[in-house]
Amino acid sequence: MMRRPLPVVERPDAWPASYGDEARPRLGFFTDTTLCIGCKACEVACKEWNDVPADGYVWTGNSYDNTGGLSANTWRHVAFIEQDRPLHVAPSKARLREAEMRDGAAGPDAAPLRDRPSGGAPRGDGYPPPDAPRGDGGEGMRWLMSSDVCKHCTDAACLDVCPTGALFRTEFGTVVVQQDVCNGCGYCVVACPFGVIGRREIAGSKGVGMAQKCTLCYDRTKDGLEPACAKACPTESIQFGKLDELRERASRRLEQVVARGFDGARLYGANPDDGVGGFGAFFLLLDEPEVYGLPPDPVATTRDLPSIYGWMALAAGTLGALVGLSFLGGRR
Amino acid sequence: MGSNMAENHPVAYQWVMEARERGAQVIHVDPRFTRTSATATKWVQIRAGTDIAFLGGIVNYILENGREFREYVVEYTNAPAIITDEYRDTEDLGGFFSGWDEASRSYGNETWRYDGADPSPMHGHREMGAPTDQATGFGGHSAGAPCCDPPHMDPTLEDPRCVFQILKRHFSRYTPERVAEICGCSPDDLRFVARALCDNSGRERTASFVYSVGWTQHTVGVQYIRTAAIIQLLLGNIGRPGGGIMALRGHASIQGSTDIPTLFDILPGYLPMPAAQARHDLRTYIESQTAPGGIWGTVDAYIVSLLKAYWGDRATAENDFCFDYLPRISGDHSAYQATLGMMDGSVKGYFLLGENPAVGSAHSRLHRLALAHLDWLVVRDLVEIESATFWRDAPEIETGELRTGDIPTEVFFMPAASHVEKAGSFTNTQRLLQWRDQAVEPKGDARSELWFMYHLGRIIREKLANSTDPRDRGLLELAWEYPLTGATEEPDGEAVLREINGRQADGTLLSASAQLKADGSTTCGCWIYCGCYADGVNRTARRKPHWEQGLEGREWGWAWPQNRRILYNRASADPQGKPWSERKKLMWWDEASQRWVGDDEIDFAPDHGPDYRPPDGARALAAIDGRRPFIAHPDGRAWIFAPRGVVDGPLPTHFEPEESPFANLLYPQRANPPRQRFFRPANPYNPSGDSPGADAYPFVMTTYRLTEHHTAGGMSRFVPHLSELQPEMFCEVSPELAALRALEHGGWATIVTSRSAIEARVLVTERIRPLDVQGKTVHQVGLPYHWGRNGIVTGDSANDVVPLALDPNVHIEEVKAASCDIRPGRRPRGPALRRLVESYPRITRDGDVTQAPQEHAPGTRSEGR
Repeated sequence: MMRRPLPVVERPDAWPASYGDEARPRLGFFTDTTLCIGCKACEVACKEWNDVPADGYVWTGNSYDNTGGLSANTWRHVAFIEQDRPLHVAPSKARLREAEMRDGAAGPDAAPLRDRPSGGAPRGDGYPPPDAPRGDGGEGMRWLMSSDVCKHCTDAACLDVCPTGALFRTEFGTVVVQQDVCNGCGYCVVACPFGVIGRREIAGSKGVGMAQKCTLCYDRTKDGLEPACAKACPTESIQFGKLDELRERASRRLEQVVARGFDGARLYGANPDDGVGGFGAFFLLLDEPEVYGLPPDPVATTRDLPSIYGWMALAAGTLGALVGLSFLGGRR
Repeated sequence: MGSNMAENHPVAYQWVMEARERGAQVIHVDPRFTRTSATATKWVQIRAGTDIAFLGGIVNYILENGREFREYVVEYTNAPAIITDEYRDTEDLGGFFSGWDEASRSYGNETWRYDGADPSPMHGHREMGAPTDQATGFGGHSAGAPCCDPPHMDPTLEDPRCVFQILKRHFSRYTPERVAEICGCSPDDLRFVARALCDNSGRERTASFVYSVGWTQHTVGVQYIRTAAIIQLLLGNIGRPGGGIMALRGHASIQGSTDIPTLFDILPGYLPMPAAQARHDLRTYIESQTAPGGIWGTVDAYIVSLLKAYWGDRATAENDFCFDYLPRISGDHSAYQATLGMMDGSVKGYFLLGENPAVGSAHSRLHRLALAHLDWLVVRDLVEIESATFWRDAPEIETGELRTGDIPTEVFFMPAASHVEKAGSFTNTQRLLQWRDQAVEPKGDARSELWFMYHLGRIIREKLANSTDPRDRGLLELAWEYPLTGATEEPDGEAVLREINGRQADGTLLSASAQLKADGSTTCGCWIYCGCYADGVNRTARRKPHWEQGLEGREWGWAWPQNRRILYNRASADPQGKPWSERKKLMWWDEASQRWVGDDEIDFAPDHGPDYRPPDGARALAAIDGRRPFIAHPDGRAWIFAPRGVVDGPLPTHFEPEESPFANLLYPQRANPPRQRFFRPANPYNPSGDSPGADAYPFVMTTYRLTEHHTAGGMSRFVPHLSELQPEMFCEVSPELAALRALEHGGWATIVTSRSAIEARVLVTERIRPLDVQGKTVHQVGLPYHWGRNGIVTGDSANDVVPLALDPNVHIEEVKAASCDIRPGRRPRGPALRRLVESYPRITRDGDVTQAPQEHAPGTRSEGR
């Protein structure tokens, strides 16, 4: 028998059709970690704007990261990774690494880049070129910094499993928890393939027991403002805008940084064919996603549910038929 | 260099990142690999406190390879000037310049003068705040001294006594190999940086330096910046777009608090404070401060307009415009002297406004001990900082050195309004004034500084209203009327800004300092700010975005002086008035209109062309030759060699920090000779170099800030969202040092100096690396200094262990490089802490180690875990 999803579970119209005329272009983040200076202004601005409480004063000893990761009380998290390899390599080497990129360099643009002669990419008229001879001090060391956030997945498992409808997709295609509807069941917490969502447990703070995560500042985007983190970012590492424009910009940016010798550059979450249908908030990283604490190949935990339900229905039907047959047989 | 810009100026750093994106090379030279190093295109690690050696190596590279911008150097600097044959260099005298007086531990600058110039009557030391030699840079050129070019010059730069050749000899031993031995970098690192600078300078290109307190906070700090200035002048990078030396100020409006100073020795606009010893009246003050040429040629107009702003109609020509009401300084009254004065009983009361010396000042332990001698102390701050609560919870109470019941100090805590709760201006790096509106009313009793100062003055004047004491006249006659607004009676900040801007006799607001008069017909609270409110428009409040205006952004805020964005921008054109290149053009002489034109406001007499030659008797700007851009100097030339104005030498020289495990590889003299030290039992120093006991302090220590906290922590340790980001005091050490001293990552370490011992969590990181210096391996210890006993997150204060030793020019503390020991484990509690510290050798008298070094076996744990 052919393996195919059976039309057993009918889904309602998805965004944007579900919004009809009120649908807006999908909004998202492009976080370019080659521009991040690790100032954590995004973390603070997010907490200030969204009234997210501080969640402990624990020194981790993990470089300058005392936040740890995304949680109910941390909706932006800056990772700090100290590595004993240089930030830049000769562009030829960077291109080799780029060939190994897992994310397909955001589509068809990647291939021609490899054939481009050295120095063809825009890099101003600076001196010297990145592969010029350097002194030997300080090389072989880099400190990666990256601001993580909810991915606002195209196929959002959290939204699929929410029994109360508290999680919903906005007219901007972003995924938001409604605090007054959430019953705190926690299904979304385990459904998220990134571990983004949590239930707030800090007594005395707002929304205790409820699921909490980045709203992409829904209250701001509705008023035409950019989210607090992007607004606070001094170096435009966090870029906010229409997702299709961000994806175009990201693929151009990837070409540029690879040509300039940023070692290990790749896009993460820009591919609409990945396991979550592409991220609404995606990244330009300088190493494997695992290095940043991100899953290398995230899959919506609900992706296979329709076929699972289909198979279950088929199995149940078959079982029923067999039982029926057996009764028929019994009467014979 | 000397700046961790990404961490401490992250908002400004966006422009560095943008420059990097446009192809600029960003080079970071620093003792640690920081967030700045991580985003730079090149990082060079050097030992803390050795920047002059590194920069001197660059000077040497430029001169050895003939990379100087010859025409710029000959025409715009004093490189061709012949220096008197009495001058002796540090090369000749083992680390001293000629003119050293051992008794006063200071230099006389008579032998540093231009050949043929009158011997200077002035002593070089800025001793006792004497107004004859001050921070204004014009060095007290007396009226009648020759203006224009130095008397004898050699435009070929060949004469062995010309500045260029002296400079060449002075730095000739700063070779890449020698520099590497001092700094711990590689010779190729130095060559790389020097070559990158040279290749990015010249007609077509410019390069700039950025520095912060990593350069200034040394016993030879002023000379750090002088070295960078010499490099930039040799390469032609001053007064040109993309060039310059950017001084990033420590926090908001620190530039403003020097322009309109909180310093003891200057008045607004860098006018020297009159000194008691000089017995000046207005006329002799003006005579002593007026330069024969340049912007300091009209000191009379500046000071008279300032006096008119202070005393209004009561200031008249008949009473010297109330000049005698100005207080006179009688000595060095800088902040650290005041602290020592508390210890000695000569300072009985103190105001602390936005400062937390119990955590933030060098040797903060000494400050706490000193505060406990005061009769009264007023602390104005956002929160109850350690300097307000030392009497009940200072660490010295725990050690038994202080007892609350014995401390006589009455502390008045005045809650302060924050920056969003008051309107006013910030003046920051690049001399940019930006107006800030009030967002919300302050809570409770919190008030602005303006409110506090105005009403304090009002109340004092009311209390003295019936006084007949002559000394109160100055206070009572002040023009102290400002419009008050709102229920809190807040003075109108814009009215103050208008007073600073200045007015004509008819009340019209001035538009330029050139309008200032010495006859009392103009008022001006700060001559360099004149024009910020021209035409009744608050120009500091302008907010035109950069995409709606030119590259210079001249309609965003207002930059002093005269909204000039690049100082000395006459130097962006060649001596003939043409841009050095099309690519780097900014200002040029327009023959048709007979004026300087371009994208900026010309920093020169606007109608003096390249052919202008000053007539006899000309003064001020009219005395500056049309080919000489540096109008702050009477000769219009930039001073590579400083014949006056710098008290520790006409040229920068590498000296070791006050505390260093190393001798000076270049000179027998180890540290900067006239540095300020204060020998007393409460302020001991670590033995250094080859001295007995130095080996008890084998490591180099440096202190710094993190993005997540603000200076002494008053604005961050009390804020949950910031405190959680860096919740504990830690120290940064290399894996090698951790192994050497059995320090455990995530565990505790105790850092010991002769002052105190502090504990910190251990962060072992490759970002700090051992260095090879003078043939041995040296380890550095990194200490952020934000923590204290109060607030949400607490910890020991790094400033407890640093020494109190100062730069002799500006009295700034050396906290960026010192020596220390580090041991595993937590520090002892109670009196045992002092026993540990006192088991280490110390110096309390000059050159004298008062206690023999004791054995401190590596790896032994401190007592009292």
